[in-house]
Amino acid sequence: MDLGGEARSRRTDKGFTGLVTFAGLTVLIVLGLILATTSVQAWPAIAQDPVQFVTGSRWSPSDEVFGTLSFLYGTLVTSVIGMIIAVPVSIGIALFITEVAHRRSRKYIVTVIDLLATVPSVVFGLVGSLVVVPWITPAYQWFADLVEPIPGLSTVFDQTNTGRNYFTAGLILAVMCIPIITSISREVFATVPEIDKQGAYALGATRWEMIKGAILPHSFGGLVGASMLGLGRAMGETIAVSLVIGGAVGMSANVFAPGNTMAAVIAQQWGEAGDLHRDALIGIGVLLFAITVLINFLARVVVRRAEIQMKGAHS
Amino acid sequence: MTALHSQTPPDLSGRNLSFGRALANRTATIAIGLCVVIAALPLALVVWQVVSKGASAWSLEWFTAEIPRNYRTEGPGMGPAIVGTLAITGMAALLSIPVGVLGAVYLNEYGKNKPLARFIRTMSDVMTGVPSIMMGLFIYVGYVIVIDDQNGFAGALALACLMLPIVIRSTEEMLRLVPDELRQASSGLGARKWRTTMGVVLPAASSGITSGSLLAVARAAGETAPIIIVVGLFYGYRPDLFDGSNTTLAAQIFRNASQPFAASQERAWGAALTLIAIVFVFTILSRIVAARFAIDKR
Repeated sequence: MDLGGEARSRRTDKGFTGLVTFAGLTVLIVLGLILATTSVQAWPAIAQDPVQFVTGSRWSPSDEVFGTLSFLYGTLVTSVIGMIIAVPVSIGIALFITEVAHRRSRKYIVTVIDLLATVPSVVFGLVGSLVVVPWITPAYQWFADLVEPIPGLSTVFDQTNTGRNYFTAGLILAVMCIPIITSISREVFATVPEIDKQGAYALGATRWEMIKGAILPHSFGGLVGASMLGLGRAMGETIAVSLVIGGAVGMSANVFAPGNTMAAVIAQQWGEAGDLHRDALIGIGVLLFAITVLINFLARVVVRRAEIQMKGAHS
Repeated sequence: MTALHSQTPPDLSGRNLSFGRALANRTATIAIGLCVVIAALPLALVVWQVVSKGASAWSLEWFTAEIPRNYRTEGPGMGPAIVGTLAITGMAALLSIPVGVLGAVYLNEYGKNKPLARFIRTMSDVMTGVPSIMMGLFIYVGYVIVIDDQNGFAGALALACLMLPIVIRSTEEMLRLVPDELRQASSGLGARKWRTTMGVVLPAASSGITSGSLLAVARAAGETAPIIIVVGLFYGYRPDLFDGSNTTLAAQIFRNASQPFAASQERAWGAALTLIAIVFVFTILSRIVAARFAIDKR
């Protein structure tokens, strides 16, 4: 009888349980610490005028005036442009992979999307700022001329002299969000019961009618969640945006005008910022953190609920 | 006539579709196919531009020489950034992978469906969505201000925060694939839970864990935002991560791309090609590991 060994082994077991539990808790600890430490650090800059910090559109570090509204606006505009492009394209790709492609070509397409996801964002920014911007500026001018006579459209797509603007940033964000939206959409489509699809075909539906009648209604909730995850990603994207957004303070209804986003302004101004200016930039980070965490949390809840609903209906 | 030849089945092939339905179906299929092309174009553009513009920068000296301090100075040198990228990312992997794997062990072997485990699972999903620049700001406040110096280790800490949720979630997926019979057989032989976990479950999932971790490393190696916040800027070799400011390829691309000078832009392209090559190697390694040592999916 080796009772000492038995006791030691039990202690090891307990210790191991504690160790892994602590490892699991690190996620919560880190998230909590992020929120706590950055909020405390940013407080001096925010406390000057907390309302003005969110609703003010004047950002003048030399006068110690920090209003982030124009960056909030830029974040919103660029990510909405990105989503308008990325969501339909991603859903299309996911449909192509799950419903149209043959087994062999499916593998290649998945590889292409995976590779797109591995390209570092700074490389997108590099190609965007040095290649796409010079190419695309004449296209913007042409389009602005084209819609000139149409009121409304001529405000949104107004004349421009620079390719570094909201729209270019939105384009790059779209490319960067396609992989994540595609992969979640595929997961969502995979939960559509085979029997529904076969049933639609058996009733004589074409492939498009099957997609419209069986897949899309089933997946709507999940697709909303997938798009929200993409939105969260787009809002937090920093480097690629900061290279192509132009770095202007202000809000313009013209999507061809230069601006700035919350994440990008931090990266651009960090290097030359003084103490209070840095605290204000950290404050922007806290605001961004709160927004993205909220969106991500809601998106996960939506996706999970949609999944449960579908599996529940099937089993 | 169908009445006369009632034995012949009706023609159900697509030829009998009404024009409108056939057109809708054809249009939709083409549109769906176009989406794939739209996604492939930017990838092709990036690869083409980076390879064609970056390749000319590559030379033996490129990989060894120090980085020119002046934007306008022509010529090679990214050695310190390559070493910095590998050292900082490697340190981040050392910090995050053990914690992440153990965290996943908690989720899949201990916590399972307990409320705490479910909460941690959701929050690590949420954490993967936290903007990377936020990890930089966090480490800046929590570490850089405290020690009053920017250094490579701070970058490693920020990247580790970024990798942690990715490692946790991918490891958990792999642990879930380990068949329960293995756990039962092990405890049937009298092994305690920690022995079962360390001796049976983790080895069985090791290839998947390695593959997932390599992917996380690949993603971290290309991160820029946290690096420019906490690592600062340096032009020479600094393999010691605690010895002041450092640099990485991603940070160099960002710095050089925002300059109007041809010499610095050429270095940015060269650095981009180098970075993509490194990320690509990690991604391929991850695939090889995943394909060669895959556990049976039951």
